[in-house]
Amino acid sequence: MRYLPLTDADRRDMLGVIGVKSVDELFRDVPQSARLGGKIAGLPDHLGELEVERAFQAYAAKNVSSSVAPFFIGAGAYRHHVPATVDYMIQRGEFLTSYTPYQPEITQGTLQYLFEFQTQVTLLTGMEVANASMYDGSTGTSEAVLMANRVTRRSKALLSGGLNPQYRRIVETTAHWQGFKAVSGKPDAEGLEDLIAAVDKETSCVVVQNPSFFGHVRDFGKLAEACHAAGALLIVVVTEVVSLGLLKPPGEMGADIVVCEGQSIGNGLGFGGPYVGLFATRDKYMRQMPGRLVGETVDADGKRGFVLTLSTREQHIRREKATSNICTNAGLCALAFTVHLTLLGEAGFRRLAEINHTKAAQLADKVSALPGVKVLNDSFFNEFTISLGKPAAPVVEALAARRILGGVPASRLLPDDKSVENLLLLAATETATDEGMAALVAGLKEVL
Amino acid sequence: MADMKYTQEHEWIRIEGDTGTIGISAYAQEQLGDVVFVDVPQAGRKVAKGDSVAVVESVKAASDIYAPASGEVIEANAALADTPGDINVEPMGKGWFFKMKLADKSELDGLMDQAAYDAFVKSLG
Repeated sequence: MRYLPLTDADRRDMLGVIGVKSVDELFRDVPQSARLGGKIAGLPDHLGELEVERAFQAYAAKNVSSSVAPFFIGAGAYRHHVPATVDYMIQRGEFLTSYTPYQPEITQGTLQYLFEFQTQVTLLTGMEVANASMYDGSTGTSEAVLMANRVTRRSKALLSGGLNPQYRRIVETTAHWQGFKAVSGKPDAEGLEDLIAAVDKETSCVVVQNPSFFGHVRDFGKLAEACHAAGALLIVVVTEVVSLGLLKPPGEMGADIVVCEGQSIGNGLGFGGPYVGLFATRDKYMRQMPGRLVGETVDADGKRGFVLTLSTREQHIRREKATSNICTNAGLCALAFTVHLTLLGEAGFRRLAEINHTKAAQLADKVSALPGVKVLNDSFFNEFTISLGKPAAPVVEALAARRILGGVPASRLLPDDKSVENLLLLAATETATDEGMAALVAGLKEVL
Repeated sequence: MADMKYTQEHEWIRIEGDTGTIGISAYAQEQLGDVVFVDVPQAGRKVAKGDSVAVVESVKAASDIYAPASGEVIEANAALADTPGDINVEPMGKGWFFKMKLADKSELDGLMDQAAYDAFVKSLG
């Protein structure tokens, strides 16, 4: 198709047909206060392609990239090694469209990997049924709360102080507009929070995170019992899915819904997205689950095939009665997840988790030897919290100036809470090196 | 002899004293085809006339069941969870959905009796 631009005469004719004098008149509904008065200061009018490329390279050079600097940032997004094979596999023709596979006769590749993705998610989480993915862990968490409200016909969610503050705020935003109550615990830096006493007959669900935002590893078995005794559901959130290679699966703790951020497997940091949410529950709650579900069946000739199933929960069939307004999924990211996890296999995944924990334990030993630094965790996976005895944010800035990405100050996600001002979250994955750790320790010595 | 009434949504209600038993008609189950899932309301739930109180799902469609009158649900047919096909086999018998205590029986005055409903179904072709 050729691109034919409009001539001034074309424009005049078209404006004449609808009875306006100028293109600007079409925008008269935009209030004056919201309009751009003139040019944006410092933004050049236009540049040639080569000049644009140079300009953006100069901007990019101001970043300290995760691949070139010692990197200890986590707090919900983790840098892992993604094998080159993943990128190759996800581009194969069998997976050409990762969009909603309404037509099973032309999308068996997509449907089969989503089925395998669901199987992997149930195995990882220790649950019975998983959907074909959510957009990410945080929106998946608010969907889990909505689901618990439907199941229990109650409308009060208790959010742990160990939940990632960004996840908490997404649930609170949903609560505000959907009209349910979200009660949040104080930031739980010590990992000692006990929510059992707070569960009552109005509680629809308790939302906890494992390992917590501050890195603490807990067993929520007792909390699950307390929830069930009160008729509430336990939602366990996992933001670092690699931890499931070592830790007790939430399903074994008695969780009713498990939500994970799956970015760590197969997906890069990508400035925060797109990511992939994992969502699993018990068979008995399947009808209340949001999102797509792929099932295995046989075709007219008795051959194995895959189709979307239980679709009556979804928008394209039940409209406003659907369990969720999510009627698509993070297909390409889910594919990358499935391919990477398949390449790792069960033993490889476990080994990856072991390496992560070992690296983090080494890092904790090294930084805890520094004067004034205290590790707050008795247990952790690949991320832990240290107290610095002084505000952490300027320390991280000073490290960044030395081209060391030395963790996330808790104040970055909890800016209004003075009690966490001195706390720094440090993560170490399999990508951490001895040299990188030595650079961080040396950097901390200088700036503390 | 219990009093039997029908709604335009093809639900039936059998009235015994101030208790009503609700299900879907033979015509409705035929239109739906094989029923694979039913969501019935919990006992104790207060409902207003016209509220969506149950869901019936077949291989072809999912439909809402509306309360034909106001009142309180006193019993749900728990057996339907395991054998939703009862609705196809015996829509007027063991395929019942739920029983409710009727708050105001005059709300049922506008519903069709057997003869009127038969004529209504016939008019649908």
